[in-house]
This record gives sequence, C-alpha cells and structure tokens, in this order.
Amino acid sequence: MLPEPTLNTYLALSAVLFCIGTVGVFLRRNLITILLSVEVMLNAVNLTFVAVGRFLGAVDGQIIAFFVMTVAAAEAAVGLAILIALFRHKATLSPDAFTSLKW
Amino acid sequence: MDALFFWVFAVVTIVASLLVVGQRNPMYSVLLLIVSFVGLTGLYVLLNAPFMAAVQIIVYAGAIMVLFLFVVMLLNVRAEDASEEARTRLGIGPGPRRFGAVLAAVLAVEFIWALRRIAVAPFASPGGEAAERTASVQEIGLRLFREYAFAFEATSVLILVAMVGAVIIARKDPHRPSGDL
Repeated sequence: MLPEPTLNTYLALSAVLFCIGTVGVFLRRNLITILLSVEVMLNAVNLTFVAVGRFLGAVDGQIIAFFVMTVAAAEAAVGLAILIALFRHKATLSPDAFTSLKW
Repeated sequence: MDALFFWVFAVVTIVASLLVVGQRNPMYSVLLLIVSFVGLTGLYVLLNAPFMAAVQIIVYAGAIMVLFLFVVMLLNVRAEDASEEARTRLGIGPGPRRFGAVLAAVLAVEFIWALRRIAVAPFASPGGEAAERTASVQEIGLRLFREYAFAFEATSVLILVAMVGAVIIARKDPHRPSGDL
C-alpha cells in the first residue's frame, strides 16, 4: 500500500522539482531551456504555497501562488523579448556567446 | 485512492521536469513542460485547490507555454550542437558550470536536511471545514479583492510594464540592417 501523502511529502516533491530547475539553470547551455528551468522552479514554489495553504486551511497560499503566476508571465514575456533581441545580433542561443556589454 | 493518484501525478511531474532539463531540442522541452504542468494540476486538485488547477492549465499551459512555443518556432533553433552537448555532461564542463552543479547538489542536501528536521504533519481531514474553505473560489475572489486588492492592482501595472517593455526590447532596430527575423 502506498503511503498517504502528508505535507512533508508535498514539500519534498516541491524541493525535488526546485533542484531539477536549479540543475537546469546551471548546466544547460541554451537560453530557452534556462528560461524553462526557471519556470520549473517557480512551479515548485507554487506547489509549496498551495500545499502549506491547504495545511493551514487558508486560501492565502493559493492567492500568493496566483501572484507568482502573474510574475512568471511577465518574466516570460520580457525574457523571451530579450532572447529574440539577442538572437538577432548573434544568431545563437548559447549564453557563452553573450559576453560583451555593448556592441 | 488519493495516495495512488498522488504518486502517479508526482512521478509524472518529476519525470517530465527531468526530461525538460535533459532534452536537447527546445521544442520537446516546451511540450514536456506542459506535461509536467498537467501533473502539477492533478496535485492541485488533490490539494483541494480547483482554482489553482484551472489557472495552471488555462494561464500556464495555455498562455505562457504557447508564448514559449511561438518563440521557439520563430527563432527556428535546432538542438544544441554536439560539441556543445559534450561539454554539458556533468563533471566535464568548464569551471563555472561544475561549480554550479556543486551548488545545486548542496541545495538538494540542504533541502533534505531541512525536511528531516520538521515533524510529519498530516493534513486536516478532507471533509473538514478548513478544507471546504480552501476549495472555495468565492473565498479566493473575496480575499483577492479585499485584503489583496492593492497587490492585485499592482500586478496589472506590472503586466502592462512587462508588455510595453517586451514590445520595445523585441522591436527591430531601425538604424541597423537586420536579417530575416
């Protein structure tokens, strides 16, 4: 029989997801994948908020997670715009290619 | 029964997230992230948060991921090339990357340490009054437009700024000749 999930199980799951996102940000050499890894991290945090909110019996966790989601939307829009601007200059998405502050 | 669903959704989420990070083709990465979001949506349903579940699918999978998909298609990027890929493997990357991998491992150890220190806390029984309250979309709406009204309005300004900023940043520079993009 599978163990019944507790708050700790959800927190552990969220920690695992966050670590996966961190590994992606550090190890991948593709700006799109790095942005996607950031999304994974944001979702891990959202899961924590909702799980703790459920544990405390309050909707505040869901509301904060909702705000995180809007911030993620803004971040994705601006991040992707920067990515398009960078791609126009260098025709690559490797972060190693962008080393100069001005060109 | 809930336990079974929890583990199914948890495994789907983790495996999809791992594949997102491990995938070479960004197009597959985006699609796998949507799979991961579907798993998360199931977890939100199990957590008695139907509002979050709906928003996760409609806003995250439906809007943000489509934005990513558009950019992947617009840039028409191929998979990272092989030489690049060889250096991405764990342990053989250049110094900063190896340092980053170590930092990620330290973070994981830290999480395990922190989680082992707190006591196991079961949720309130699903039929309880508190559980009923967290599932109520009405309650969320009331709180959002009363206590959190200022934050909510600030969010609209944030999104407007992000939108204008994105348009300006991604605009074609009229002073320099550009390619087909």
